[in-house]
Amino acid sequence: MGLGNEVQKILSWTSVCGNLVLHLVWLILHLIINVWYSVLGIARMVENTLISSGLLKSYNAVNISKVRYLAVVIDSEEARETSKVLELLCWLVSIGVKSICLYDREGVLKKSQTAIIEGLNKSQKTIVEGSDHGSLVEKHVDLEFVSFADSKPAIAKAANLLFAKHYASTKPEKLNFTESDMSEALQAVGYGGPEPDLLLVYGPVRCHMGFPAWRIRYTEIVHMGTLKSMEFGSLIKAIHKFTKVHQNYGQ
Amino acid sequence: MEGVNGKKVGHLFENISSFVRQCIFSVLSVGPVPSHIAFIMDGNRRYSKKQNLIDGNGHRAGFSALINMLKYCYELGVKYITVYAFSIDNFKRRPEEVVSLMKLMQEKIDELTKEESIVNRLGIRIYFQGNLKLLSDHVRSAAERAMVKTSGNSKAVLSICVAYTSTDEIVHAVQESCEEKWDEIRKLDANNDGGNLVRLEENVKDKDEHRIGVTNVDRHMYMSVCPDPDIIIRTSGAARLSNFLLWQSAHCLLYSPAALWPEIGLRHLIWVILDFQRNYLYLKEKKKQS
Repeated sequence: MGLGNEVQKILSWTSVCGNLVLHLVWLILHLIINVWYSVLGIARMVENTLISSGLLKSYNAVNISKVRYLAVVIDSEEARETSKVLELLCWLVSIGVKSICLYDREGVLKKSQTAIIEGLNKSQKTIVEGSDHGSLVEKHVDLEFVSFADSKPAIAKAANLLFAKHYASTKPEKLNFTESDMSEALQAVGYGGPEPDLLLVYGPVRCHMGFPAWRIRYTEIVHMGTLKSMEFGSLIKAIHKFTKVHQNYGQ
Repeated sequence: MEGVNGKKVGHLFENISSFVRQCIFSVLSVGPVPSHIAFIMDGNRRYSKKQNLIDGNGHRAGFSALINMLKYCYELGVKYITVYAFSIDNFKRRPEEVVSLMKLMQEKIDELTKEESIVNRLGIRIYFQGNLKLLSDHVRSAAERAMVKTSGNSKAVLSICVAYTSTDEIVHAVQESCEEKWDEIRKLDANNDGGNLVRLEENVKDKDEHRIGVTNVDRHMYMSVCPDPDIIIRTSGAARLSNFLLWQSAHCLLYSPAALWPEIGLRHLIWVILDFQRNYLYLKEKKKQS
């Protein structure tokens, strides 16, 4: 009986020690990962400085025409920093992007829409007025503001439209909705925007945060880090990398 | 004699690898482990060219990689694994390639459903998700047999997306939602006043409770048998989802290692799990808010 208790005590003590060791190894592993990401961060900062200063010649000529429609996904908390959003937009306009879709899940950007557009117009005027060029060159940019309401709820609205259209009185014998029917329904309920070629994610994690599913079938999704740590050089690099991508579209 | 020794060495190596893996997974399990990982198995053809294999052997190598990943995920405690095996877009490939892929798929499905296969040994239930009507009768029957034969397994779930695209899944779910609403309204009206069609039309247009909501569409997704994925891994470095799990991946960590699918290994899985654990609290918070 006494021996049994002793054995149990030893086993229990071994198990506790074992757990402690596992926890310690796990913490050390994560510490190493964090150090690695810090080192990567420093390397990225150096590279961004070189790109922004034009020293890395390969990034000097970016074929922006390949980016017909650019989407920017921003974490909703960060999206409240309107000045940062404006700074990003100015960078995008300066690179030559003509159509931009701004998305955040909660609709913070939609609420700040007026302030953002006004701010952008003011900053573009300041840039042009401050330049050496004699003539006024206005850069026309299409801005779209999107939130989660344009995503799954939009699909549900389109579903209701299809239901009302096809199931109103007597149900037809054979009914098979197609993707074209869905696209038309989304257009009809006001949620038929174009598919972005490139989607830049500003947030802690590479995830699209619920961007309208119907519009990102073949969209390249690139993680840019948080909005507060955004760098012009990273933007140039991301767009440059995108212009080199080749898609088979499944074939 | 050499063959027997070779087998013994192989067995010993397998045991040591398994032990090392168990140790690594014990450490990883201290932190949160994802419940659902999805894989876009990209790069089989490029692997074939790179290794100078004959056409089709890249996909065979890809199948071995899939079995390894399945084993690792199971050992780690990941309950749901989803793989993008064949997209509706892939039907546009050369007919010979499509036929060869379908033959390979049927062969592998039959292999997986044998009693002694890894799927039955580990207790993994298989689902085939997609527009299965687009498959040939042989492949579709094999898939249906596999689903029935593994329906009693409950330790983990393997969803094989075949003849699948997200947009097709959404259209199918919308269709099913409409059918369900139609049946609901008809039943309601039949109970109320013997099925007056004019009243039926009014019901369709007016009542909020008859409106299709997000939860209705969600319920009819092919992938409604699983929770939303925590991680989507796409090999070959491509940064797009190619019409895969677009509805389900709002709060999903996307990982694109440069390795081709047949080159994917334990190190990639360990790396993405550690990344998931680093960002777990943020992802959990965002999921809660939705």
